[in-house]
Amino acid sequence: MHMKEQRMMHGSIALAEGAITAGCRYYFGYPITPQNEIPEHLSARLPEVGGVFIQAESEIASINMLLGAAAAGARAMTSSSGPGISLMQEGLSYMAGSELPAVVVNITRLGPGLGGIAACQGDYWQATRGGGHGDYRLIVLAPNSVQEMHDLAIKAFELADQYRNPALILADAILGQMKEPVSFAEPKIKIPAKPWALTGAAGRSPQLIKSLYLADGEMEKHNWRMHEKYRRLQEKECLVEQDLEEHMDILLVSFGSCSRMVNSAVALARSQGYKVGHIRPISLFPFPEAAIRDVSQRVGKVLTVEMNTGQMWDDVRLSAYPGSQCRLMARPGGAIPAPKQILEEIKKFLKVGDLLAKSVR
Amino acid sequence: MQKVFARPATLLETGFHFCPGCHHGIVHRLLCEELDRLSLADRAVGVPGVGCGVFLYDYIGIDTCEAPHGRATAVATGIKRVLPQQFVFTYQGDGDLGAIGTAEVIHAANRGENITVIFVNNSVYGMTGGQMAPTTLLGQRTTTSPAGRDCQNDGYPLRLTEMLAPLEGVAFAARVSLHNPAHVKKARRALQQAFETQLEKRGFSFMEFISACPTNWRLTPQQSIAHMEEQMLSVFPLGIYKDTTAGVLQKEGESANAVL
Ligand code: SF4
Repeated sequence: MHMKEQRMMHGSIALAEGAITAGCRYYFGYPITPQNEIPEHLSARLPEVGGVFIQAESEIASINMLLGAAAAGARAMTSSSGPGISLMQEGLSYMAGSELPAVVVNITRLGPGLGGIAACQGDYWQATRGGGHGDYRLIVLAPNSVQEMHDLAIKAFELADQYRNPALILADAILGQMKEPVSFAEPKIKIPAKPWALTGAAGRSPQLIKSLYLADGEMEKHNWRMHEKYRRLQEKECLVEQDLEEHMDILLVSFGSCSRMVNSAVALARSQGYKVGHIRPISLFPFPEAAIRDVSQRVGKVLTVEMNTGQMWDDVRLSAYPGSQCRLMARPGGAIPAPKQILEEIKKFLKVGDLLAKSVR
Repeated sequence: MQKVFARPATLLETGFHFCPGCHHGIVHRLLCEELDRLSLADRAVGVPGVGCGVFLYDYIGIDTCEAPHGRATAVATGIKRVLPQQFVFTYQGDGDLGAIGTAEVIHAANRGENITVIFVNNSVYGMTGGQMAPTTLLGQRTTTSPAGRDCQNDGYPLRLTEMLAPLEGVAFAARVSLHNPAHVKKARRALQQAFETQLEKRGFSFMEFISACPTNWRLTPQQSIAHMEEQMLSVFPLGIYKDTTAGVLQKEGESANAVL
């Protein structure tokens, strides 16, 4: 890999450039704050690299244009924010059912409803539980820096193609708007052959992309086959950052922009002599269950910190070693947990143990 | 002996699932004849919407992509932008295109997407069992307008061809009917023009087929033909509503007389 010099860049722009590096040449989107920098940037950039940018009439149209471009074998992307991602759930379900690879970006905002445009992690459930109808999963990646906005955009395209499944990048206004230095590696991009793609049946039999299965038992077979794919993802593709110590009294778990505050809290706690570890799931599906299980077995106390009322906390509790004490520090609605507040939670937890199942400040 | 009538090569050797007297089979056959005539079978991608036409892939031997209900023109947009040299068409019913997919078809048309839309209008939801469609005639009884469509409560039959034709992105728009062989021939001629519009990259082409759904009309196939002639054609006048090769937008009356 050849490293270019570092450049200061907006998170949204870094993500858009990552997509172009990954070979994405088609973008379909509809304006919504706080992610407009992505379509604005790509509307200028894609024509420069021989690509196509379409401002669709709605997020419903965007996701279905994406479905079509993916069916034709192209690397393609759409981006939006919460309310728009809600409108895309129908298309995402069809894409999952039709096993079409593409990348969807959610620069989240507050909710439910129109909410607000501040940073929030309230779309964790929507992202990781399928969101649309039916029995399916999205691949979900959660960056926590501008560098990762760029790198995970590339990774999302790779995983989507490899597993023939839509991938979603879950970020928020903090990550979309902040500027940080990014180094642009020039990774070798290899877009795999897509013999299943619809290109016109020249020299082969006609092909079909569909999610309708009516014959007896067909749908169950299809569901189990997709389930097996999700199991393989779980086994092979977990991405996680672990900041552990030899001996720890408490394990923190956080993702995305919130993990930046937790990083600071961990440093603060250690400077005061507390033995603290931190696990940051980068892939939210597949969720790094094994890492959390193993570390929680050693530590016993697990504090999840997130910017919602407690969503990833579900996955942490499902993953934690049986008998672990699991607590939550949650700040929904655009509030941001300050490192000092997190430290207070750490101290409280160490002192009182798990008297309450949940403590929300 | 000269063979004067044969199964189009693109029409697969299998029976249709359509009900007796249904006109979907005729539309399928016309499509296949055109795909054959223009040698498009190995460069076509079809996008059926959700409805009785969804099984297009069981009958027509081309690449096919299912679309969510109403979204076929958006899906076709994505395909066509990736494969501008290929021939891309949607196949949609009146519920799919005229109700849930109205926004998608208007904006695909307005962008002048170089695709062809096959719109089968039988004034009723077929696959779901005969509910009222946006194209249901006033007074027509359906399972959700049991006393007949009432404009006070249900609004009026929506005329999609008339809505779309004036848009600048639309290069060709026609409404044809399948109620007798003479009109099937006219439908074939208009379909040829629609296909050629796309091949010449002139923009969006739109073909509305007035069709029978005897099952949900609760009529025999013969009664259905009479119903089309007597009830439907006055609400949905036939004609070429737009043909950019002709240079000007033809008025409804003129076009109806001029070609069909
Ligand atoms: S329900 Fe109507 S449209 Fe559907 S196949 Fe039967 S006759 Fe044709």
